[in-house]
Amino acid sequence: MLCDNCQKNQACVHITKIINNQKLEKHLCSECAKQSGEMNLAGLAFDNSFSVQDFLKGMFSQVVEEAEPADDMACPNCGMTYSEFSRGGKIGCTACYTTFGARLEPLVRRIHGASAHIGKVPHRSGGLLEVKLKIKRLKQELTRQVSCEEYEMAAKTRDEIRDLEKGLVEETAKELKE
Amino acid sequence: MSIETMVGGQISPWMTGGGRESDIVLSSRVRLARNLDGIPFPNRADTIVLQGVIQELGEAVPELSAATGKPYILVKMGKLTPLERYVLVEKHIISPSLAQHAESRALIVEEDAAVSIMINEEDHLRIQCMAPGLALTEAFQSADKIDDVMEARHNFGFNEQMGYLTACPTNLGTGLRASVMLHLPALGITRQLNRIVNAATQLGLAVRGLYGEGSEAAGNVFQISNQLTLGHTEQEIIDNLYSVVTQVVEHERSARCMLMRESENALSDKVWRSYGILRYARSISGQEALAMLSEVRLGIDLGIIDTKQASLFNELLIMTRPNYLQKVSGSNLLAADARDRLRADVIRSKLAGRDEEYVK
Repeated sequence: MLCDNCQKNQACVHITKIINNQKLEKHLCSECAKQSGEMNLAGLAFDNSFSVQDFLKGMFSQVVEEAEPADDMACPNCGMTYSEFSRGGKIGCTACYTTFGARLEPLVRRIHGASAHIGKVPHRSGGLLEVKLKIKRLKQELTRQVSCEEYEMAAKTRDEIRDLEKGLVEETAKELKE
Repeated sequence: MSIETMVGGQISPWMTGGGRESDIVLSSRVRLARNLDGIPFPNRADTIVLQGVIQELGEAVPELSAATGKPYILVKMGKLTPLERYVLVEKHIISPSLAQHAESRALIVEEDAAVSIMINEEDHLRIQCMAPGLALTEAFQSADKIDDVMEARHNFGFNEQMGYLTACPTNLGTGLRASVMLHLPALGITRQLNRIVNAATQLGLAVRGLYGEGSEAAGNVFQISNQLTLGHTEQEIIDNLYSVVTQVVEHERSARCMLMRESENALSDKVWRSYGILRYARSISGQEALAMLSEVRLGIDLGIIDTKQASLFNELLIMTRPNYLQKVSGSNLLAADARDRLRADVIRSKLAGRDEEYVK
């Protein structure tokens, strides 16, 4: 097929454009394609697919530069390396967050403006956090009750906190032994 | 209900209910991102691992049905044709990404499509709950319940500091994305949308078009959702979004009142012209249809067009999408001009026979 434009060279760039549901086809040789600027248009179209991952790639690699460069450890669970994050912008598995925790933390803070979770805690994998959060909530409640002079309620809350804390200490000791 | 009727049906059952502020808020949606502990995320897992995830999560179907009292089904994406998958996208049941990479992806969906669980999308699980009107709390409670049922069976990736662990760090923490779909024609006509978008962005919210990321705001339909997922409780995220949405709703209402007060005749003319085009056009593009539908819906909300059929707009919003029309036509490759003709036919027949009801 010859180039639509110069009708001399073999067409090697094939462009299909859909504008207002009208399909336009163009077949150009490399010279004419360069001149027509159609390729730039294609480049622009790629830019449109710019996603959050592209930003993250940049942020990951920035952190790499800040950290000690040469050592590129891999996640023991999925084998992902830190430099792979900076290329793909996505994490490999849940264990990666432990493996690369120290390096990911500043990144997470940059994204969310915070790095501590205070929302829902799963019963199974949440460990002792659920109890810790409950104690925190009860302590706030206790302060409120005392300030409102609801002493009977406050005594109950105090006992509940004491029981939870006792259980927490025992559980932690058990975990340490294991 | 089978997946065939879900694809073929004109409107998902959950969408028919009115809900709060339903003259402006079309629907509310909450999604939770969850991952199985220790198993590579979908972007890093091979086919065998992904199939294993589907197998394992699929076993929860009977429990989900028992816990919620509504039937659930498991659908493997590979079993659907690309067309069927894209109809599900148009109905907001699955994400474009799940439709695009169908291999080793699956969907667990509730009978009336209000709850859908995407398997092996960006994360192992994406629990999504939808409700008509402004009902973020209801949608969240429903998602929370599904999460509890799934969590009773599986260890989800979680750590004390970062919360629920996700493939993309932007979803860490609660893994919660709450969004509300709004119809804002009066703010569009009075050119106040930019201000609203800027203000919402400053409060950590994202404003997008009808079909999420990268889609334009066709038909004056916008989605507002939270951006940050870590460092706030689920309730705080929902409350923040709720308070912004109620304010946007108020702005839209006062813009509508202002339009009626200042230029009722011009507005009424605009609405009826749009109705005329929809009622009699023989060919109409998707963009034009959305723009006209938006004005007709505004006319219905303001009592310019007198009908109780406000849900017609929601129905036609789905029925005029390209993939749905393709599905209706039964042919495999509908050319754009044929599709525009079919779209006009579908709208005409939907509006026909209602003339007496509309035109007083």
